Amino acid sequence: MNPSLAVYQGMLRAGINFATSVPCVNLHELLALVGADPDIIHLPVTREEEGVGICAGAWMGGRRPALLMQNSGLGNSINALASLNILYGIPLLMIISHRGGRGEPVIGQVPMGRLTVPLLDAMTISHFEPSPAEAEETVAEAWSRACASCRPVAVLLDLEFWRG
Amino acid sequence: MLRIEAIALAAQAAEAQNALLICNIGYPSRELFSVKDRRENFYMLGSMGLASSIGLGLALARPERKVMVLDGDGSVLMNLGTLATIAHHAPENYLLVILDNCCYGSTGSQPTCTHLGTDLFALAKAAGVKKVSLVERAEDLALALLGHDVVIIVKVEEGNAPVPIISLSPEDIIVRFIRCAQPVLPSGKSRL
Repeated sequence: MNPSLAVYQGMLRAGINFATSVPCVNLHELLALVGADPDIIHLPVTREEEGVGICAGAWMGGRRPALLMQNSGLGNSINALASLNILYGIPLLMIISHRGGRGEPVIGQVPMGRLTVPLLDAMTISHFEPSPAEAEETVAEAWSRACASCRPVAVLLDLEFWRG
Repeated sequence: MLRIEAIALAAQAAEAQNALLICNIGYPSRELFSVKDRRENFYMLGSMGLASSIGLGLALARPERKVMVLDGDGSVLMNLGTLATIAHHAPENYLLVILDNCCYGSTGSQPTCTHLGTDLFALAKAAGVKKVSLVERAEDLALALLGHDVVIIVKVEEGNAPVPIISLSPEDIIVRFIRCAQPVLPSGKSRL
């Protein structure tokens, strides 16, 4: 299955109806799908941390929010995830293009690429790394986990994932 | 005008309009809690800089409900991109009130760049926010709160009122807030 479509189908299965995003080249197709969906309010934001705040407000107003970003944006969001989502118990689905791993052509992506899983583990944020074939089910399951635990969760999608 | 006076006026307007009110971390939340605690107040205990963003998400989720945000100059300077996002995506039910005391009031009044002349009114305008007001007097703030601005910048004096810390846990704050903020389900029950 097309990797972007699989993630999108998972978001639909989870009932995601609100999204904020900062682009990554690998999210290009998914962002187009989300942007074209009239049932999803989609806000492109200026910085990932801003997206965390907007999603928290949307959840308080009854929406099911997702934040689409590159893993570099996880670094920009740490304090907000800890002192907003984790402090108050606010769920969030983070769909993360995980750069900086095997086959990464851009050296600047490597440091955050290596730190992404340790950062999530340090914050005890659950993370999932599906194949394209598993993505639909995993994304839906990740949102269920976020709701059940009242915490953010991350779906990490590396370079191999996007190759399909 | 003292900041607590501006907060009292905003809280009064929020109550009159049945508005949901997101309040910035630190003394502003303590002052709001002290002058007018309501279940419709969300007191931030962390995530400095994100008051305007939390309010924006809420206003988009509940377009039929007025959402007001009390923010500060230091916090807005920390998340300046928010002004661009608000300019292009804020719905009509959204109002951002920036209380500009030209300093980080909760940490010892260290000056911010608005003290040196950075102009939040001009920044909001330049970001594309069409309806922006700048007020200095209480009567002008009271009038502006009745209008249709998206952003109101309020010049307030430096200093904190001698108010106690908020006696609510994070869970208390969010549980009672969500009961007001979320649409009632067809079953008549809220999600919590």
